[in-house]
Amino acid sequence: MSKRVLIIEDEPNIIEAISFILSRDGWHVDSHSNGHDAVSVVRARAPDLVILDVMLPGRSGYEILTDLRAQPETRDLPVLMLTARGQARDRELAERAGASRFMTKPFSNADVIEALNALVAR
Amino acid sequence: MATLNILIAVCLGYVAMLFAVAFMAERAALRGRGNWLRSPWIYTLSLSIYCTAWTFYGAVGYAARSGLEFLTIYLGPTLIMVGWWWALRKMVRIGRTQRITSVADLISSRYGKSGVLAVCVTLLAVVGITPYISLQLQSVTLSFSSFAVSDAEGAELIATYDTALWVAVGLALFTILFGTRNLDANERHHGVVMAIAVEAVVKLFALIAVGVFVVWGLAGGVGPMMERIDASQIGQWQVDGGRWVGLTLLSAAAFLTLPRMFQVLVVENEDEGHLRTAAWAFPTYLMLMSLFVVPIAVIGLELMPPGSNPDQFVLTVPLSQGRDGLAMLSFLGGFSSATSMVIVAAIALATMVSNHIVMPIFLRLTQGGASGPSDVRHVVILARRMSIGVVLALGYLYYKVSGGGTALAAIGLVSFAGLAQLLPAMIGGIFWRGATRNGALAGLLVGFAIWAWSLLLPQFGGGALSPGVMEQGPWGIAWLRPEAMFGIEGVDPLLHAALWSLSLNALVFVVVSLISFPSPLERLQGAQFVNIFEHSSNPQSWSGGIAQSEDLMIMAQRILGPAEAQSFFQTEAARQGLAGYLPEPTPDFLARLERELSGAVGGATAHAMVAQIMGAATVSVEDLLAVADETAQMMEYSSQLEAKSSELTRTARQLRAANEKLTQLSVQKDAFLSQISHELRTPMTSIRAFSEILRDADGLQSKDLTRYASIIHAEAIRLTRLLDDLLDLSVLENGQVSLNIREGLLSDVISHSIAATGTDMHALRVRRVGPASEVMLNTDLDRLAQVFINLIANAQKYCDADRPELTIEVNRRGGRIIVDFIDNGSGIPPESQSMVFEKFYRVADRQAGGAGLGLAICREIMARLGGTLGYLPGQGGGAFRVSLPAAQRMAAR
Repeated sequence: MSKRVLIIEDEPNIIEAISFILSRDGWHVDSHSNGHDAVSVVRARAPDLVILDVMLPGRSGYEILTDLRAQPETRDLPVLMLTARGQARDRELAERAGASRFMTKPFSNADVIEALNALVAR
Repeated sequence: MATLNILIAVCLGYVAMLFAVAFMAERAALRGRGNWLRSPWIYTLSLSIYCTAWTFYGAVGYAARSGLEFLTIYLGPTLIMVGWWWALRKMVRIGRTQRITSVADLISSRYGKSGVLAVCVTLLAVVGITPYISLQLQSVTLSFSSFAVSDAEGAELIATYDTALWVAVGLALFTILFGTRNLDANERHHGVVMAIAVEAVVKLFALIAVGVFVVWGLAGGVGPMMERIDASQIGQWQVDGGRWVGLTLLSAAAFLTLPRMFQVLVVENEDEGHLRTAAWAFPTYLMLMSLFVVPIAVIGLELMPPGSNPDQFVLTVPLSQGRDGLAMLSFLGGFSSATSMVIVAAIALATMVSNHIVMPIFLRLTQGGASGPSDVRHVVILARRMSIGVVLALGYLYYKVSGGGTALAAIGLVSFAGLAQLLPAMIGGIFWRGATRNGALAGLLVGFAIWAWSLLLPQFGGGALSPGVMEQGPWGIAWLRPEAMFGIEGVDPLLHAALWSLSLNALVFVVVSLISFPSPLERLQGAQFVNIFEHSSNPQSWSGGIAQSEDLMIMAQRILGPAEAQSFFQTEAARQGLAGYLPEPTPDFLARLERELSGAVGGATAHAMVAQIMGAATVSVEDLLAVADETAQMMEYSSQLEAKSSELTRTARQLRAANEKLTQLSVQKDAFLSQISHELRTPMTSIRAFSEILRDADGLQSKDLTRYASIIHAEAIRLTRLLDDLLDLSVLENGQVSLNIREGLLSDVISHSIAATGTDMHALRVRRVGPASEVMLNTDLDRLAQVFINLIANAQKYCDADRPELTIEVNRRGGRIIVDFIDNGSGIPPESQSMVFEKFYRVADRQAGGAGLGLAICREIMARLGGTLGYLPGQGGGAFRVSLPAAQRMAAR
């Protein structure tokens, strides 16, 4: 059975690109483009893995992740954070919020697949 | 045989050498390389001007006539240097701290800067030193003739030319050249001191050379020499206890009071510490000088024919033995002794005469007519030079009048006794605060009168005092007989005169001091002199603000009354947290004291009095003027400082503000960069992801291929637009934009903008209202159109009404043209209204992919065009207002 990944990202083109490459790799891809209700969407859909953008309309990715880590069901959920602001401080914030992996945009498709596979294999 | 010509040549050569030494020392001092000039050894050697021609020639003559008594002349200074070292140090400290220039200056400063006292001391010094200078001229002349005896041609020359005159003229020239080259506030003469030091070595060397020749060359060693001394008259002379004590005392007093000694001891002193070396080195020098005096005298008495002048033994003994070279050296030694004494004495006397007699007269005559300090300097130097000439002329005249026949030592002692009259006023002044000006003046006059009457005048023989006066006293008053005053007869004339003059001088000084009352100024100066060591921890800084709280208190007591002054001082001390009555002289305290005093004596006087004590200032009109000047400068300076201070405060405030702004800007810059990074990376992410998909394409459908390629294309265009916007914004913000100002109709700009946005292909309907759209503009029409297009495009993108409609309304209000863009959508939520003009701000949930720079750019453009762009709330939908200044020239319609 294929693993289910939820992409939380507001840029439609990026959702489309990631969806395409992950589907081709055998993932079941789902997406959501809003920060407001992201936490409840994650809980409702219970994906195996989450790709989370930092700059979302409504709420920042850090806040969403902090909330997820505060709840028992999602405490150990693998989360790959994506950010377009590639400064050291952003990486630090992501790690503090509890990101399993952190990647800077633009990324290489192969890296994303490799990172996801590594995360679910753990 | 040494001819006189050679002698003269040697003399001139020697003087030229002295010139060179003095010149080089002066230059070295000027260039600041003269550290070696300030050695204690130079100081010690310069003290040797105590040993004049009298010592060089006269001591032998003295020994030949009176045996060992000549030693008393050395004993006095030795006792002073060894036993009274601390007193000398005090004098040196006072001299340096108070900028004393001469012995007259010292005494007059101590007694309240008394002009009368200064004149008295100066006159006394001139009268007392004149015989001494004539002594030097006499000795040089004598030594010339000693050489000339064996030279017929020379004898003729000596007879034709007046040697003493030429010596006097030459010495005057040398002294003027190096003693008055420049006007040093400290009255120091490096060149002269150096020349004197060289002369000190020459005369010591010469005397020892003659002595060695006599003992080992003529007597055959120390043993035979001692036998010869025992056999001679000198060995048998009895020591006269009274004369010994008297002469030792006299020479000790003279050592302190002789103007030339004061000059080298105090005025030329570079460092108090030099006294430490001189205290043992100078007595050693004196001992060496006296070592061979008795042997030379004994051998001279044996060898020379009876009746020959014993004062010339140093010269004639080697000459008689055919030792011309040695005689020449000896002559140079004597010449050195004479010249060094005359030079320094002339400088010291000239300083006194010009400072205390010529200058006051000049200032009084001109009444401030001298236009500036340079004029005064010129006059001072001229006065010095003339004074030097006068002093030497007096010495020459005395030589001529007295006939030049007296023994050298006798003349010297007359001078000693005269100058010793300064001793009570001087010593009393620096050790006894009760000493007063009147006391000093009275003692000095009494001592001077007795000395002149009983010692000086009789020197002139029958010319000045008739034998009758000498025998019976003036007008037959027996107790006024010059050599038997008050009925005391049979005493040695010198001892008699010294005893009476000094004892009466001291007595009158003490008695008058006790019964007279000092002026406040005198009290102040007295306190400073007597307590010099408490007051001057640093002798170099006379204006260093080392305060004399005690002196301030003395002054305050005299002005305010003891009770009030004491309570004031106690309060001030308590304010500073000190017990007792003496507060630290802080500026605060001094200001309050000055206020307190000015209540009684007026502000100017109070300030001058405090300034005098604080600055250890001497008290003269010039100094008071300088103080007043300085005060004005200080006030000026202080107000400048105040202005500076407030300016600094202002600058600091501005700097703080600028710093805060910079910090803010830095934060903003970071946020901006972060935003740009985000805005650039987002399209790049899509481009990269899809291009990788296309690269690795296997089994992609052609529909997908086209779609992905068009996404890449669109994102590339978005990136380009973003960069364009960023550059545009940057140019606008930096004010570097160049505007293309043209005339045009507002309605044309609006039409053009609507056409450019292609509204006809869009759902948005544009409605134009308002009467004023036919307005003529004078602005950058393209930039204005850019703003309009942006606003219309925003309405296209964000107006969420079912039937979107944009109303463009033009109005004229005052001197401005108002263009409103109002759509019928839901508008911008209030919390975002102020944010929409910020860079990269996007209202949440936007659908269109702008970079968020459009409105920021529009606002910048409007600012450049002299207008504004703002959000207009309360219009139902999104509403933006553009405001423009109307063109000066309106359209015709």
